[in-house]
Amino acid sequence: MNFKDEFLGTWTLLKKELLRFWRVVFQTVAAPVITAVLYLLIFSHVLANHVKVYENVNYTAFLIPGLIMMSLLQNAFANSSSSLIQSKVMGNIVFILLTPITYLQFFLAFLIASIVRGIFVGTCIYLFALLFVDLPMLHPWIIFGFAMIGGGLLGTFGIIAGIWSHRFDQMAAFQNFVIMPLSFLSGVFYSIHSLPPFWQKLSQLNPFFYMIDGFRYGFFGQSDVAPLLSLSIVTAFFIVLAAITLAMLKSGYKLRG
Amino acid sequence: MKKAIVFNKVKKNFGKLEALKGIDLTVDEGEFFALLGPNGAGKSTLINILAGLMKPSSGSVKVMGHDVTSDYQNARRSLGIVPQELVFDPFFNVREMLRFQAGYFGKGRENDDWIDEVIEGLDLQDKANTNMRMLSGGMKRRALIAQALVHKPPVIVLDEPTAGVDVELRKKLWQFIKKLNQKGHTIVLTTHYLEEAETLCSRVAMMDQGKVVALDKTRNLLKRFSAKNLNLRLDLKGKKIPASIQGLIQITDQNFVTFLLKEITEVEFIISELKKSKIAILDMELNNSDLENVFLKLTGSKK
Repeated sequence: MNFKDEFLGTWTLLKKELLRFWRVVFQTVAAPVITAVLYLLIFSHVLANHVKVYENVNYTAFLIPGLIMMSLLQNAFANSSSSLIQSKVMGNIVFILLTPITYLQFFLAFLIASIVRGIFVGTCIYLFALLFVDLPMLHPWIIFGFAMIGGGLLGTFGIIAGIWSHRFDQMAAFQNFVIMPLSFLSGVFYSIHSLPPFWQKLSQLNPFFYMIDGFRYGFFGQSDVAPLLSLSIVTAFFIVLAAITLAMLKSGYKLRG
Repeated sequence: MKKAIVFNKVKKNFGKLEALKGIDLTVDEGEFFALLGPNGAGKSTLINILAGLMKPSSGSVKVMGHDVTSDYQNARRSLGIVPQELVFDPFFNVREMLRFQAGYFGKGRENDDWIDEVIEGLDLQDKANTNMRMLSGGMKRRALIAQALVHKPPVIVLDEPTAGVDVELRKKLWQFIKKLNQKGHTIVLTTHYLEEAETLCSRVAMMDQGKVVALDKTRNLLKRFSAKNLNLRLDLKGKKIPASIQGLIQITDQNFVTFLLKEITEVEFIISELKKSKIAILDMELNNSDLENVFLKLTGSKK
């Protein structure tokens, strides 16, 4: 295989993964956007006068970056994990396994597709949110950086979940017992400074908190922890998960008997 | 003659189960080769190892000189596998699937002419833009064959390609595959339809319980195990076939009994023994040996 063949192989797999979610765009994009908008309408209405957040930032504006990032992360996870579990259950994963595509190409294609879907969903939520509130964007590159690394982290975690699971209920357990609790306990709806000390400490063990906090810094220039620390922690998580994923793919764990 | 596939002392264990017990097998370039065996013989395990879907516990496999583990990219480029199960991706149509499959092998739009040729050769023109999940079983099978061919592999492995396929389609498929073989592609076939192997394949390997129990040219196998079958329909009415001829029975199914004859003179003996036991013969047929006989003899199967 020369570089051109390898590039075309990766691009083809990426294109297939992008088209796969695009073919069911109502389920993969419209549904999470509507869910996020509903969260925004309901929570901003109910909690606007009860939850104290940053100085000079109203609650509705505070809520939006958290909702964007939460949806971005959940959809990045859903993209790689659902594609893999469907392919495994239906058996069509062999179409990839029979080809000269390397474990690195496999990883890159699924990773990039997850990031693209996550960012696409996040962008749609942002555009919708602009209808409700005027949102500053003080550090666009920090926003982009956290979106990329967050999407990458959850896309990678989705690959691990997709490889490990061999039934849909096992995948649902990942969604319900890992992704959902970590998303909701990450400071999407509040600043962790409003929590009692024990819960603050516990929140600091949650990688989702750093992704959302850093992402939010990009909009308001304010955060619970320094954005560089958040970026370092999230990058470290990504490197560890990427190393685990690559090792699983290289060894053929649960893919090649 | 260059070797298309070489299995060298291939073993595969699943826990304590020894699924392959040291397979040594070579398929020459340009051959039309059959791999036969009952369920559980190890055929699919062997093909999965060849395809890289499984790793051997020990031994090595080469495709066109490329090791399937250490040089897997070149080995897989040389190989087109038609899987046994009717698997498909429900998101895409036939042409999209073929383009994706070609792309995984590094083949872009320049390969479209070949894709058109494959679509035409397999009579898929009308269904090229139809979603995979809308296709009938036979059409899905054709699409699977097309997918295995999109990168023009020199070696093509068909794992039970005609299972569940109607007679007309089966004919068309074999015409197409034969044409590929004439163009120089090596074909390896596993099938339960032994007459297909007998008609199409120049060489046959028979597997049983993880071992190759016979490997020879088809005509040599038929010659070596040459025998005739005597098929009888008997009026048994609760009577038992005499012990003196029980050993010649190959298959029994209620009143239908097939005897495997080493010599033609055994016909007279069987008839006289049945007469002695007052078992009437209702119908009689004498057949030449076929691969099924050889297969049953080697694997010791009784239907």
